[in-house]
Amino acid sequence: MEEYALIMRHEDGSKIASPEQMEIWMKQTMDWIGNIAAQNKFVGGTGLPFHDARVVWPGNVVTNGPFGDIKETIGGFMTVKATSVEEAVEFAKGCPVLQGEGNSVEVRRIAKGDGVH
Amino acid sequence: MEQQELIPHLFRTEFSKIAAVLCKLFGIEHIEIAEDITSETFLSALETWSYKGLPKNPTAWLYSVAKNKARNYLFRNKIFKEKIAGEIIYSKQVSEEIEIDLSEKNINDSQLQMLFAICNPVISQEAQIGLALRILCGFGIGEIANAFLTNKETINKRLLRAKEKLRYEKSAIEFPNDAEINKRLHTVLTTLYLLFNEGYYSESKDAVMRNELCLEAMRLTLLLIENKQTNHPPVSALYALMCFHASRFEARKNENGEIILYEDQDESLWNQELIVKGGYFLNQASQGNQLSKYHLEAGIAYWHTRKANTKEKWENILQLFNRLLQIEYSPIAALNRTYALSKANGKAAAIVEAEKLNLVTNHFYFTLLGELYKDIDNYKAKLHFEKALSLAKTQTEKQLIQRKIESV
Repeated sequence: MEEYALIMRHEDGSKIASPEQMEIWMKQTMDWIGNIAAQNKFVGGTGLPFHDARVVWPGNVVTNGPFGDIKETIGGFMTVKATSVEEAVEFAKGCPVLQGEGNSVEVRRIAKGDGVH
Repeated sequence: MEQQELIPHLFRTEFSKIAAVLCKLFGIEHIEIAEDITSETFLSALETWSYKGLPKNPTAWLYSVAKNKARNYLFRNKIFKEKIAGEIIYSKQVSEEIEIDLSEKNINDSQLQMLFAICNPVISQEAQIGLALRILCGFGIGEIANAFLTNKETINKRLLRAKEKLRYEKSAIEFPNDAEINKRLHTVLTTLYLLFNEGYYSESKDAVMRNELCLEAMRLTLLLIENKQTNHPPVSALYALMCFHASRFEARKNENGEIILYEDQDESLWNQELIVKGGYFLNQASQGNQLSKYHLEAGIAYWHTRKANTKEKWENILQLFNRLLQIEYSPIAALNRTYALSKANGKAAAIVEAEKLNLVTNHFYFTLLGELYKDIDNYKAKLHFEKALSLAKTQTEKQLIQRKIESV
């Protein structure tokens, strides 16, 4: 069994959703995680709130928020167990973040620290 | 109380108290001596009381006999020379005055410290429960065998091995220090949780026994709550969970000991006092910032004390299961979560997820699939129930599934 990171990428993190919309997404996200955890494939993960975010650039330059020249940013990540990248991709397909236009989920295998990967 | 009832009753409550105090005094390596002296005390009681009748204060009688026997033993035996004599020489005490402290405080402290000593990961989970039942709850070997649906010999062997291991480890009977308490408490809570479940889900026909197991688990959990050092939020959460479950004692089995499913239970038999108590302790448990699996399970059990099938109820149960599974996966939690999913998000969504669980050796899995397909595809529902029937192990379970097959 390998471990994969599912990285949730938002096309524009500065968009503000209504509290009602947030509540729906929250439920969908919790159910999505629960679906994976019920298969004993959940490892860990967290949301990465945009609020109070900073970006550090070369030369001690610090900017507010992850939004510089690029709009796309990371909203959170989750680590899952999967036998193949295909299975990890199946998990990613259920991610509610994909409902937002331009959003995506990046699937990356986690290095094992075995000197090869 | 009649003498026939009084003695077993006293045996349970007083055995555990005397045994714990003596174990504490002698050290874990002499756990069997403590057990033997306690047993002999009760034998004396049986012999003496049948001739002379009950003493005025049977408990005081037992304590004084136990003290005498323990003192005699100490003088006769090398523990005295090796362990205790050295210490009292300096205290200049006359040897007859060895204090065997059976005060309420020392009894409680000794029982709690024994609980930590017994709940030691070096011995198996089953052995921990067995020893707790023997030493801390005063159950006889036959009763423990009955609870585990096995024979006396097996239990005797298991306990003997466990005692040898503890002796070898020479772990002290004391409170763990603050740095260690969380980790140690975790093992203790697991054992108490399993002890409760052993009673709650036991297949044993002996209803009194099943309830006793649960009540003993609750009594020991309450001991942890009443002690400042061990009163951590997960302890209150576990106690709340036990209260909510115990509130359905009367409603969940019929007079033949057969399980009555939750949906079919007579709510008026649910014990409101225990439900309120559970609410109180769940509230106590939410002070602080720890979220244990007991908090989540108590939350789920709380929602089950409300019978009405509201959207709010099932949505809350689903979210609690979502979090529980992230903390600790178990097949039964995964199955119950999928049931909650069907209630909150509909059967179609639940079927998709249920098919992915793939718990193909678990009869509860096929029972769940049968329930989900019922009224959607009755042919499939029946196939799943039949598969469940072929995997079910006990008569009770087979009967329940048979009824489901007939209902399709």
